Amino acid sequence: MTLEDLAPSPLYQRKQGRRSYRALKENLAAHVFLLPWFAGLLIFTVGPMIASLYYSFTRYDLLSPPQWIGLGNYVRMFTQDDRYLTALRVTFIYVFVSVPLKLTFALFLAVLLSKGLRAVGLYRAIYYVPSLLGGSVAIAILWKRIFGIDGIVNQALGLFGVTGLQSWISVPNTAMSTLVLLAIWQFGSPMLIFVAGLKQIPRELYDSAQVDGAGPVSRFLQITLPLLTPLIFFNLVLQMIGSFQVFTSALIVTNGGPADATLFYTLYLYQQGFGNYQMGYASAMAWVLMVIIMVFTAMTFLTSRFWVFYQDGRS
Amino acid sequence: MSNQSLRVVGAPRNQAMSFLPFTWPRFFTHLFLIVGTVIMLYPALWMLSASFKPSDQIFSDPGLWPRTFTLDNYINGWNALDTSFGVFFLNSFIVCILVVIGNVFSCSLAAFAFARMRFTLRGFWFAVMLATIMLPGSILIVPQYVLFKSLGWLDTFLPLTAPKFLATDAFFIFLLVQFIRTIPTELDDSAKIDGCGPFQLYWRILMPLSLPALATTAIFSFITTWGDFFGPLIYLNDQSVYTVAVALRSFVDSTGTSDYGAVFAMGVLSLIPVFVIFLIFQRHLIEGIATSGLKG
Repeated sequence: MTLEDLAPSPLYQRKQGRRSYRALKENLAAHVFLLPWFAGLLIFTVGPMIASLYYSFTRYDLLSPPQWIGLGNYVRMFTQDDRYLTALRVTFIYVFVSVPLKLTFALFLAVLLSKGLRAVGLYRAIYYVPSLLGGSVAIAILWKRIFGIDGIVNQALGLFGVTGLQSWISVPNTAMSTLVLLAIWQFGSPMLIFVAGLKQIPRELYDSAQVDGAGPVSRFLQITLPLLTPLIFFNLVLQMIGSFQVFTSALIVTNGGPADATLFYTLYLYQQGFGNYQMGYASAMAWVLMVIIMVFTAMTFLTSRFWVFYQDGRS
Repeated sequence: MSNQSLRVVGAPRNQAMSFLPFTWPRFFTHLFLIVGTVIMLYPALWMLSASFKPSDQIFSDPGLWPRTFTLDNYINGWNALDTSFGVFFLNSFIVCILVVIGNVFSCSLAAFAFARMRFTLRGFWFAVMLATIMLPGSILIVPQYVLFKSLGWLDTFLPLTAPKFLATDAFFIFLLVQFIRTIPTELDDSAKIDGCGPFQLYWRILMPLSLPALATTAIFSFITTWGDFFGPLIYLNDQSVYTVAVALRSFVDSTGTSDYGAVFAMGVLSLIPVFVIFLIFQRHLIEGIATSGLKG
């Protein structure tokens, strides 16, 4: 037994020519471990991606074989399909309203919960519960009824003398608001990430800032916020990707209505693909969505060097 | 709390924490948080209460405590569709348990290789794995549907479960890799000296040590699968194989607006498994989210 046998560093072992047999064995063994993942990658990810790209250039109704129409689906999407453009517009509105609001609530509550209060664990758990349950069909059904014409929201408003209200679901503007509200209600997960981040900020920073006469607001703006930017960035990317793909709430609460006011992208994709069996068109829509998500993620990454601070100095 | 009381001596920060003298700012923060708690929980509590009210009182009585307490909604809801909700719950459990097994098994295998072994193009494959996490699901839905249809898998649980045995939920691979990397490699080395091959190393040493991360994988697999709606909606059209999520939706569609009490009753039941798991594994769950952004 030599020292080399104990060295975990790959560099150290690579130097030893006689180890190549062992390296080969390890290489083989690693591929055995990765076999399920490789198979899954091929069958359920890469294969479908290629197929979906191909379908996006075809007309395909599942019954007859796909029929090549070149860029037809993409042209139709942007020049002939008003509902598609509506879907694009309402999805953007949803993402750009709900994500910042959700993250603001998450950050605000996280800061409150990091003030060293009693029963913080209990508050944290309770504020997280909507995130846990909010994506479910049951809550979506409930939401629809809460904002219905005789729902508790209108009843509560009735107590304040506001009467003659319509169902919130049946008016375009308020229908969108109820879905945004449902998204904000689920601020629990980003909040937990912020709480964890706030714990990492050294107390000494606040202490010395206080000595220097910084008030609570400037301490928040000068210390807390900059040091949390990596997590804000992380949550922003995560929530954005998720919001672009919102589906369950739109299908159940509003079913895209009224007058397509909440016809979110994935919902329209589902309607075209699995309602009208326009699989080619649905595939093209999926690829455009992927490009949109990639562009926005890339833009967030590119701008991050201007507003995200890392403590170790890299930006 | 017990820890804190032991460490009071010579620990000024903890000491400050355990006394917490009354101050107005702290009082208002609590007040604010409590009001917030009520707002956050009110919708869910209202549904719970509505599920025990007679149908005619649900929308006329805004109070949380039912004036007349009845179990009729649960009895009516349970058998409201042609198939009993018992079957839907059983279906959901079967799917969830298969997904949990598939994810834990396949993702841990891949994670072990990524975290502990040297192989060709490791960096490249790792990047590919990370990229698949970000991939929007809708891009795969149509071809996967075509694939499962041609295999005759529609109206079975296979489209929802079989892919999980091939580590398609790459997020859990990432989670497990991150965890395994924190386990000291000295253990591997001494196991190797004792003649452990890679499979024994995986099974005897690293899996037992990775139990917390495996538990996180299992818990989140269960929760997301239980709530999953899109997959069952597309692949399951025959009522006898419905999971709870699609059954609830078809319940609402079939009853129109008539029997909301029964719908809420089944809705409450549908949330119970996830809620119970939350109560049992709360610490685990919260740490899992805080460190990895799961269930964003």
